[in-house]
Amino acid sequence: MNDSTFNDLLRLPMYGPGASFTDVLKSQSPDLMPPKIDTPVHAPEGTTVLALRYNDGVIVAGDRRATEGFQIAHRSIEKVFAADDHSAVAIAGAAGPAVEMVRLFQTELEHYEKVEGERLSLEGKANKLSQMIRANLPAAMQGLVVVPIFAGFDTARSVGRIFKYDVTGGRYEEDDYHATGSGGKDARSSLKKRYREGLPRDDAIQIAIEALFDAADEDVGTGGPDLMRGIFPTIVAISDEGMIEISEADTRDLFESLIAGRTERPHESHPVDVRRPGGEG
Amino acid sequence: MPLPYYVSPEQLMKDKGDYARKGIARGKSVLALEYTEGIAFIAENPSATLHKISEVYDRIAFAGVGRFNEFEQLRIGGIRIVDVKGYAYSREDVTAKSLANAYSQTLGNIFTSELKPYECEILVAAIGDDPQRNELFHILFDGSVSDRKGWVAMGGQSDALGTYLENNYSDKTPELAAAVKLGHDALKEVEGREITTDNLEVAVLDRTRGRRKFKRLTDTEVSRYL
Repeated sequence: MNDSTFNDLLRLPMYGPGASFTDVLKSQSPDLMPPKIDTPVHAPEGTTVLALRYNDGVIVAGDRRATEGFQIAHRSIEKVFAADDHSAVAIAGAAGPAVEMVRLFQTELEHYEKVEGERLSLEGKANKLSQMIRANLPAAMQGLVVVPIFAGFDTARSVGRIFKYDVTGGRYEEDDYHATGSGGKDARSSLKKRYREGLPRDDAIQIAIEALFDAADEDVGTGGPDLMRGIFPTIVAISDEGMIEISEADTRDLFESLIAGRTERPHESHPVDVRRPGGEG
Repeated sequence: MPLPYYVSPEQLMKDKGDYARKGIARGKSVLALEYTEGIAFIAENPSATLHKISEVYDRIAFAGVGRFNEFEQLRIGGIRIVDVKGYAYSREDVTAKSLANAYSQTLGNIFTSELKPYECEILVAAIGDDPQRNELFHILFDGSVSDRKGWVAMGGQSDALGTYLENNYSDKTPELAAAVKLGHDALKEVEGREITTDNLEVAVLDRTRGRRKFKRLTDTEVSRYL
């Protein structure tokens, strides 16, 4: 990549790559595209992310842990990204390719908006992400699976919408909630019991927090609230007015009251009991 | 075999320059004015969708006058350059200077080596953290660049607009409302007729905004300032 490559971009036919940033990159700087991978690779993985609808939009949340086998690769990774003002991507799976995919996706959306003078529809964004996941299939076959959740506020229809994906880029819309990643099943079970339609925002946030806590409780890959280091899951709410992040202080309060509510008195059934030789059992 | 007629390079360049200037003079004008919190762009534009002013990157805006298809191609090419650069390196590495340089090289090459020069002038503006760091690069059809302060007038009536602003743009940087009004007055004065808000295209690079500083002003906002 040098200046003459940049300057060549000014002479490309206007409707060559059109409004797609990915196509510009492919034609002009193919070295910046995700590489083709043909041998199995092990890399850090993100664990649990979820999204659920509430009466004014959607909540997107994710824990902060990345794992590499049985090791913790990172304690405070971000897995929830603003794709633009009205949508977010939450990533699970191979962290490196996923973060890069999100960066490309963010650039793609802004590029389209600037070139065309208007934004892509939410449906259009969901489809674009689907193509990017499909393009990652060869890498996924070698272990670098990326399966995000895409959620946002559809300004044309005035509703929050959630899309989940499979490894082939298959795109499925969910009406209520979804969770994915290693603790996804646990988070989904938790959401399933507590979710109901038309939740107010604060109730939806509470449910998201409980689901993340349940996932961390059951799944070793999922990070719970780290009170010692002050690391808490990321939670954002997206509505007509755009995206707001729930502050760290608020998340801390919510987790602390959740933990206080769930704390039991020392359990009678498992006291400390070191068995000595000749003892029973 | 008949020899082609000899045309001196001076004559060739002059003819091309006259041709480009004539093309530009047929189009409407664009003004850029620095105000306390940013840079305002004002143009007479009856179309609400075919813009003369647009966003390029977080802090950078583009304005073009002359032939629409030509400056539109430059605009899109510019967006491609900055997005690729910001993706390859980092958002803060994208500068107005390097974009202006790319435009200047391209327009210069087109002017000298192609039969038809581009009939357009463009402005690359970037807003700094403080008013002293604002950048206004005015690039002409032949690739010559000038670094401007305070205001820029481009297009068919640029000379008359320049004179008007020379006399009326005060030493003290105006507020947004005053800048928009001054721009509107200048366009009215030079065109010698009323220009209604629905025929105005107004946008700002506003230092107080978040990452993306560019914003189009709606007709309602513009009429409030006038």
